[in-house]
Amino acid sequence: MTKATRPTAYRASKSQEATNPHSPVVEFGVEKPLNLDSGISLSPFRIAYQSYGTLNEDKSNAILICHALTGDQHVANVHPVTGKSGWWEMLVGPGKPIDTDRYFVLCSNVLGGCLGSTGPASINPATGKPYALDLPVITIADMVRAQAMLVEHFGIKQLFAVVGGSMGGMQVLEWASSHSDKVFAAVALATGARHSSQNIAFHEVGRQAVMADPEWKEGRYLEAGTVPRKGLSVARMAAHITYLSETALHNKFGRNLQDRQNVTFGFDADFQIESYLRHQGNTFVERFDANSYLYMTRAMDYFDLAAEHEGRLADAFAGSKTRFCIVSFTSDWLFPTSESRTVAHALNAAGASVSFVEIESDRGHDSFLLDEPEMFSAVNGFLRSAARARGLLPS
Amino acid sequence: MSINSHPRVDFAVIASLIEPGSRVLDVGCSDGELLDLLQTTKNVDGRGVELSQKGVNESVARGLSVIQGDADSDLKYYPDGGFDYVILSQTLQATRNPKYVLTELLRIGEKAIVSFPNFGHWRMRASLAINGRMPVTKELPYSWYDTPNIHFCTINDFVDMTKEIGAHVESAVALNALGQRLGFNMPWGFWNLFGQQAVFLLRR
Repeated sequence: MTKATRPTAYRASKSQEATNPHSPVVEFGVEKPLNLDSGISLSPFRIAYQSYGTLNEDKSNAILICHALTGDQHVANVHPVTGKSGWWEMLVGPGKPIDTDRYFVLCSNVLGGCLGSTGPASINPATGKPYALDLPVITIADMVRAQAMLVEHFGIKQLFAVVGGSMGGMQVLEWASSHSDKVFAAVALATGARHSSQNIAFHEVGRQAVMADPEWKEGRYLEAGTVPRKGLSVARMAAHITYLSETALHNKFGRNLQDRQNVTFGFDADFQIESYLRHQGNTFVERFDANSYLYMTRAMDYFDLAAEHEGRLADAFAGSKTRFCIVSFTSDWLFPTSESRTVAHALNAAGASVSFVEIESDRGHDSFLLDEPEMFSAVNGFLRSAARARGLLPS
Repeated sequence: MSINSHPRVDFAVIASLIEPGSRVLDVGCSDGELLDLLQTTKNVDGRGVELSQKGVNESVARGLSVIQGDADSDLKYYPDGGFDYVILSQTLQATRNPKYVLTELLRIGEKAIVSFPNFGHWRMRASLAINGRMPVTKELPYSWYDTPNIHFCTINDFVDMTKEIGAHVESAVALNALGQRLGFNMPWGFWNLFGQQAVFLLRR
């Protein structure tokens, strides 16, 4: 294990971050294989992570943050590739709802990711070449198993809380279901217990866009020295629309034209929204691996917590002593409130302790990443109450 | 704040009916004030359901386990006998199907505590009899066309319904306009005339 450091040299390349990241890394050797849902045993593998704050003596103050589809472990520090500030600095930091003065906050790059944990861009020890599509398909449960091994590596018996949104929220629910004794409190934002048909459909569009790009080279683009730029960019553009809402798009862009007075009667980016999406696509390609995008989207598609329990979601949480906080946003059409309500009802049926808040916001699915004071106050109130129950705060 | 100085007078009565350390579900918990009170003074394991988003957010922000939901449609998700007490305070009259809700309360809880405004109170009767208009009072300030209270009943009506669903009245308290308890030995008819609100403790 390398010493915990913060990235200092920014504008590292994404390929560098995939193989030699600015994050500390834990290597799990052949003696610690990971048994994947696919039936394949993955070994060796490694997990890159960032941590903030200090683990207390009895190791009871750890909060694990699970990142979303295209997120990473750089929650509250400058991103090594983009140079931008951490993706959840509004929620995580000294004096923030996830208070790094009080808690030891841990976030690892998910298995299958491209920021230092084993993923399709990592070198396959069997061949000496990048895994590409030779990496077994990774599921949400596999990601959680790998995280559990990291948590164990730190000697943490029980996490005070597991927190995440979207795909991170799926991991939170998986943690609470399959490792419930290791989770004191769970915060799942803008998520669901399964990926809907519509969501799978959007992911399939993205994957087909990547795979239709000649530069993808059947997944072997790293060896070929190419980048499936167009395909991944289109995938991101399509997905990005699903993270917003019609109202948000209309308020921000309307039908405004981009740096011109009139339409050009051509197919240039006449409209601001077109220019914005192209920019989103291009910048994404700079920081994210195309194959990793295939693996991440597949992991979400496969997630169906009820299916693992013969269709009864409540059984996924039977006997759970975990305290849950479920948060949804009114304008989120990717994970609409109904998905969160389903989870809340299942938790009720299982007799679990659950708080469920729907927050009014017109900013769509991405609301959980944005400045939403009601979300902050809900998470803050929930965590403070849980901390009192856990003896981390005076009651 | 002690229980007795609490401005919602029915809260004090409800709290007095609850055994310390029990499991409590508050249906229609508003901003969580009663649950907070019960957790502080009775050390209950409390949960809440509230229809208004504002109420839920306020409850969760104060650290309570409260979910957004509707008494009419969401109680079915709770397992049988999951709670020692299910509370419905000043909410019965706002439900679409009070009889169903009351049945559900007694399925989910060993006991149910129901408080409601008594439409049989003499002021209500007088308002209708003398003015010929739907009563609008300090406690029930809504006009007929914008009130959330769609199913008012009197104490006598409520007692009839408990019989219909086979619930047993373990105890009942009627409070006058000053929030004082009316005498124990009075007949229902007296309470129905002078009780401004009532709190019932029911069991299956």
